Amino acid sequence: MNAYAYRRFKDRLVSGLALACVVAALVPLGYILIEVIKTGAPAIDWEFLTSRTKGTGEPGEGIGNAILGTLLLVGYASLIGLPVGLLTGIYVSEYGNNKFGTTVRFFNDVLANFPSIVIGLLAYALVVDLLNVGFSLIAGSFALAIIMIPIVANTTEEALRLVPNSLREGALALGVPRWKTVMRVMLANAKAGVVTGSLLSIARIAGETAPLLLTAFYSNYWSASATDPIASLPLTIFRNYNSPSDVLLQQAWGAALVLILMVLSLNIGVRLFMMKRNGRRTKAVKKTWKTRLSLRA
Amino acid sequence: MRMRKLGLRFGMERADRLFELSVTAVAGLTLALVWLLVAKMILDAQQSISEFGFGFVTGGAWDPNRDVYGALPFIFGTLLTSAIAILVGVPVSIGIAIYLSELAPPWIREPLSFVVELLAAVPSVIYGLWAMYALRPVMVDTIEPIFVALFGWTPLFEGEPVGLDKFVAGIILAIMIIPTVASVSKEAMRAVPDSQREAALSLGATRSETTRMAVLSYARSGIFGATILGLGRAVGETMAVTMTIGNANLISWSLLDPGQTMASLIANNWGEAQGLQLSALIEVGIVLFIVALIVNVLARLVIGRFTKAIPATGGGL
Repeated sequence: MNAYAYRRFKDRLVSGLALACVVAALVPLGYILIEVIKTGAPAIDWEFLTSRTKGTGEPGEGIGNAILGTLLLVGYASLIGLPVGLLTGIYVSEYGNNKFGTTVRFFNDVLANFPSIVIGLLAYALVVDLLNVGFSLIAGSFALAIIMIPIVANTTEEALRLVPNSLREGALALGVPRWKTVMRVMLANAKAGVVTGSLLSIARIAGETAPLLLTAFYSNYWSASATDPIASLPLTIFRNYNSPSDVLLQQAWGAALVLILMVLSLNIGVRLFMMKRNGRRTKAVKKTWKTRLSLRA
Repeated sequence: MRMRKLGLRFGMERADRLFELSVTAVAGLTLALVWLLVAKMILDAQQSISEFGFGFVTGGAWDPNRDVYGALPFIFGTLLTSAIAILVGVPVSIGIAIYLSELAPPWIREPLSFVVELLAAVPSVIYGLWAMYALRPVMVDTIEPIFVALFGWTPLFEGEPVGLDKFVAGIILAIMIIPTVASVSKEAMRAVPDSQREAALSLGATRSETTRMAVLSYARSGIFGATILGLGRAVGETMAVTMTIGNANLISWSLLDPGQTMASLIANNWGEAQGLQLSALIEVGIVLFIVALIVNVLARLVIGRFTKAIPATGGGL
């Protein structure tokens, strides 16, 4: 084999290996989806979705209270997390060109990737322990909100940065007060990005398990009280995954199917929405990105 | 701020001042709150800290009956499973990043990146469920016997494959860190100026040689940062590990023995723990907090603002 043929062979080999890596990552994803759908689907019927968990393993159990619980937890968390995240993002992007802004930004970056069980411990320290509320819906929501804030803040900041500066200058030149410029001009133009970030953060917290284990705990009853323990889909899975009872195991798979449908449809929906909306804009956005990156390098 | 420089900031109204103050307050408040809670956690762990002192992190026993607690087995378990995750997950992730950034046909890059990032959207507890019933049989029947046959003579693969062990936990962690490591590495590779690639190509290098010489050497620090970020994910991951690691408080080098990580210990014992044990659990949480803080701060410093490439979809850690 001459040197060139050998190099070409090596080139093909590397390409093949890289492709194999992609396949290696996609196999688990496909396998998980197939397994969850295959095993979970037989469990799903109207009764399963509307009756509560009992934990006894007798037929007739459902996951209704867990679905309600997850919706409530995500709802309350969004009530705290979305506005706080949004305002933090606005601060960092519009007023954060100073030392404090850099600190907040850095801290948000770190917090965004922090182990969620530690965030569960923080929420426990405040709501369950310090405020003496006990395991509760509000404690769980607080934990989820802390997870949400950096995600929303980061995407808001990013979206605001992509708004052309000329718009800001134009508004200010017309004598529009600064706050109105931010709220009406900047945010209106960054809307798609902000909504995307918010929806993705909701998808993210819907599947969180560890922080809920430490804060919201679990309840086999229908409950909407803010100060009582509450069921959730992820914890239904965790409580039953190892159960000797077929009914409970089936419950875990059914809950997994509902949860994964919620999370993936949010993710894919957001993606399709962005692709459609940004059909023309993507190129411009990418260019901005590239410029930013190369400027830094 | 830009505006101030341009001198466009005159006529600032009171409402402006109020708005700026309130967004600053909100941003600062979250920051302050989290640190306040860390202080509260340290207060909660005080009982355990004063009881065991520094010996806590070197103590090998976790015995509620004698009320003696040490965190060493869990620190050990965390390090070992994270090491497996990095060893298995990072090479695969770099391969994916190379494919997505250098080799794939342009039309497939975006959709394929998205699908890889979807791996991060799957909740951690579903990974655990899947690992228990789909991955575990494969590991026990096929993969672990192969490793025992090949490496059975080393202390790492002593014993019988059971499927609830550090090896399975490490593999599931490897799968879970792939989307993070791959997308940050890809972003680092995409940031390599085309002139670098063109220079290599014009010298007659093949695509793989270009990747090695121009792209990988240039994106080295970004890939390193991505690895540390993956380490951060692996260290703090809770549910999938709790469900697969077998939950035994022992220090054993064999990957086929069950173990326990700091995160899985907290998840397993939270409901029942009281008094000194609860205090000790919180102290384990503080140790985990410190480790995660160091790892994440390090990652941010290395990769700077590449971090925007982290999929916001991140599954349940």
